[in-house]
Amino acid sequence: MSTDTLSRARLSQHLKRLEAESIGILREVAAEFRNPVMLYSIGKDSGVLLHLALKAFYPSKPPFPLLHIDTGWKFRDMIRHRDEIVKRYGVKLLVHTNPEGLARGINPITSGSRLHTQVMKTEALKQALDKWGFDAAFGGARRDEEKSRAKERIFSFRSAGHVWDPRNQRPELWNLYNTRISQGETIRVFPLSNWTELDIWQYTRAEDIPVVPLYFAAPRPVIERDGQLIMRDDERMPLRPGELERVRMVRFRSLGCYPLSAAIESTAATLDAIIAEMLATRTSERSGRLIDTDEAASMEKKKRDGYF
Amino acid sequence: MTSGAHPEVTVGAGGAGGPQKELLRFLTCGSVDDGKSTLIGRLLYDTRLILEDQLAALERDSRRHGTTGEELDLALLVDGLQAEREQGITIDVAYRFFSTPRRAFIVADTPGHEQYTRNMATGASNSQAAVILIDARKGVLTQTRRHSYICSLLGIKHVVLAVNKIDLVDYSGERFHHIVGDYLGFAQALQFSSITPIPLSARYGDNVIHRSEQMRWYEGPTLIEHLEALDVTEGLDEKPFRFPVQWVNRPNLDFRGFSGTVASGVVRAGDRVVVAASGRESTVARIVTADGDLAEARAGDAVTLTLTDEVDVARGDVLALSHERPEVVDQFAAQVLWMIEEPMLPGRSYLMRIGTRFVPARITSLKHKTDVNTLEHIAAKTLAINEIGFCNLGTASPVAFDPYGENPRTGAFVLIDRFTHQTAGAGMISFGLRRATNIHRQALLVDKAARTRLNGHRPAILWFTGLSGSGKSTIANIVERELHVLGAHTYMLDGDNVRHGLNRDLGFTDADRVENVRRVGEVARLFVDAGAIVLCSFISPFRAERRMVRELVEAGEFIEIFVDTPIEECKRRDPKGLYARALAGKIKHFTGIDSPYEIPESAEIVLETGGGPEPAARRVLDALRERHIIG
Repeated sequence: MSTDTLSRARLSQHLKRLEAESIGILREVAAEFRNPVMLYSIGKDSGVLLHLALKAFYPSKPPFPLLHIDTGWKFRDMIRHRDEIVKRYGVKLLVHTNPEGLARGINPITSGSRLHTQVMKTEALKQALDKWGFDAAFGGARRDEEKSRAKERIFSFRSAGHVWDPRNQRPELWNLYNTRISQGETIRVFPLSNWTELDIWQYTRAEDIPVVPLYFAAPRPVIERDGQLIMRDDERMPLRPGELERVRMVRFRSLGCYPLSAAIESTAATLDAIIAEMLATRTSERSGRLIDTDEAASMEKKKRDGYF
Repeated sequence: MTSGAHPEVTVGAGGAGGPQKELLRFLTCGSVDDGKSTLIGRLLYDTRLILEDQLAALERDSRRHGTTGEELDLALLVDGLQAEREQGITIDVAYRFFSTPRRAFIVADTPGHEQYTRNMATGASNSQAAVILIDARKGVLTQTRRHSYICSLLGIKHVVLAVNKIDLVDYSGERFHHIVGDYLGFAQALQFSSITPIPLSARYGDNVIHRSEQMRWYEGPTLIEHLEALDVTEGLDEKPFRFPVQWVNRPNLDFRGFSGTVASGVVRAGDRVVVAASGRESTVARIVTADGDLAEARAGDAVTLTLTDEVDVARGDVLALSHERPEVVDQFAAQVLWMIEEPMLPGRSYLMRIGTRFVPARITSLKHKTDVNTLEHIAAKTLAINEIGFCNLGTASPVAFDPYGENPRTGAFVLIDRFTHQTAGAGMISFGLRRATNIHRQALLVDKAARTRLNGHRPAILWFTGLSGSGKSTIANIVERELHVLGAHTYMLDGDNVRHGLNRDLGFTDADRVENVRRVGEVARLFVDAGAIVLCSFISPFRAERRMVRELVEAGEFIEIFVDTPIEECKRRDPKGLYARALAGKIKHFTGIDSPYEIPESAEIVLETGGGPEPAARRVLDALRERHIIG
């Protein structure tokens, strides 16, 4: 982490306020929960979240480990970045892959995106939380991402079995979070609730937070499938008849399993260029997420099932 | 700013654009038909925050669930939960983000039905302003009053009265002014600093972002112009420093810091601070952050403080500057909003969260509840869900607070059900109370009950009140002598032994008389706690102060004895020559001459003149036996 005292002065009043609010939430969980964990998905939001955690507890280390739910289909660049970050900051990382899903050969290509997400992400997450007995889990979700997220609490209560009931959420007044739960219940905590995608990028730039290179535009081999640009990150994804890999100048706005994450054509190769591009964009961030378009209200449904 | 100047709204993906923009958090309140969701949809649409893929989804949804025929149903942009889209209503608070070149906004979109009062209060708790919608066809309704009251209760200072659907009343200025007049008449009683009425049509966008061509009679700002210009500085920096300790930061034996967010005020390295509840003092050594030490920290800053001394500080403590301390009490009065189906029951124990502190608490009495529609006070025994009541609360140990009106950061609390852990109530502290029944003192090994057993009699305050020269002290002396003979532990407090020492600094103005009685009352309370029968002989002319002393001790421990000697008789006796001097103008504020005496309305014992002091004293002793104070 940067110990440069100037970095504080570089932050706008708005970002300083967001940072302070998030730090308050992180500390709250550390103080109130027995065994918290931070979900680390390697993306830009996770990067900001980890950076905030390093700041929140300074000079102590964050008093919780990171958890990565590995579906086995992440971009290779993501895994490389993850391992670098862990080494660089000396944080503890736990990795979990759903062994049953692996044994059944669930994958995003032949199983379909829905089943793959359900088994390799949602079920895997629940397995991991149960396996290590975590009572609170941080996620990097933001309210500006999607309509059902806009209605979720910062401290989001889950009954035993990790079920989210949107009709029965705890009222959340002032900053007086209700951190009390019974045996078997858990809390998902979203310190970035009030951040927007633009805030994330501006903060990443101001604080010099490392991100996966895939966010920056570069010539990459992609195929065009169902109107989306997909990068074949390895040989497991077969080409359909007539499909041709072509090198195009692309970048990713959102990162997940590579067959499910579409690239956008872009020349934005720096953080400044990304921010400028965002100010002009006319599509939303999740439009490149193939798993969200399955049906209306699909995010709400996935969240009820235990997805982050 | 006019509509022509606005198209430079450039932010495409939601959120703050420029680096130095400030943030405004506001809520919208209105019921199903007022067009609240449509208004927010309009704000997002006209600030061009609806992106292409979202627009495509909206077109699909409008055909499926929409209520606007062929046009886009903007409300569907914000009603995010499936149940909401199916029923066409807003159930929960949703947070929306948009921004203009001048400001970033977070909108709390809250439902307006009475059964969602708690959701509206939730949205209001983190907002600096409120947009209250009125349907121009219907005017000020019960729900308008309810929304306004809840905003005011939660401390919102700035209100926009959005008179919506003005298109449906032919853009009538007369109709608008009529509604505004109605509203201002009602809202005077609420404590808003500004009320800004704006006629608009959310459906067609008039006066939302773009100035209406249809209402040339309206010269005020558009909604967005007003929200961009609104000054909502909360002044938290200027309030006394408060720092609720959130987490003790102890990476190794050489570092012990206290992490938290400054709730209000400013602290600097070198400042003398105090732990509010314990009164222990120390000095701020460093203000630590990951970006280096700071010289000062202000309201809203998340920092870690280290102190120069090894004082006992834990999560839940509040640090303050030594010369600006918060109140520390275990009894206070507060407005409480109830939020769960299970009714609030006085006497039941809940878990209170105030600041970073969790402490068991009871509602000791419900003074009244407020009808959120008429604002009438209604006597009540319990609060049902969504009801608001004015309550006295007691906590298991003293807590530091400021009244909510002075500092919402340190005057708010929530109550948590101790079994289900649901968030059961939200409260705003009005003021602290002083009561003898300090719950935390029950933990002491030797308590009042133990002393009472040892003494063989119960403690009490015998409060003799009456005019100067009425015979209070004479009677009290005889009563004490008799009690002593009976083996009771007694002590006499009267003007002579108090005014020469403890209250030497007090004169005879009304304010000083009140303070005189207050101090005597506190001393008497200590004697009662020690198990003694304390006899107090004071003119104590005001009912309120006698009541104050009565409330300091438990029911039955305060015996008010009115020595009812007429003033003519007192003047005739005039044992110290005071009446003569007062009548000659040489003593000011003399009770009965130029200062009033308020006759007791419900004294336990009234002693009329005649028969002399000895029989009067016997009547007092008889009354003490009847009350089982002595055997």
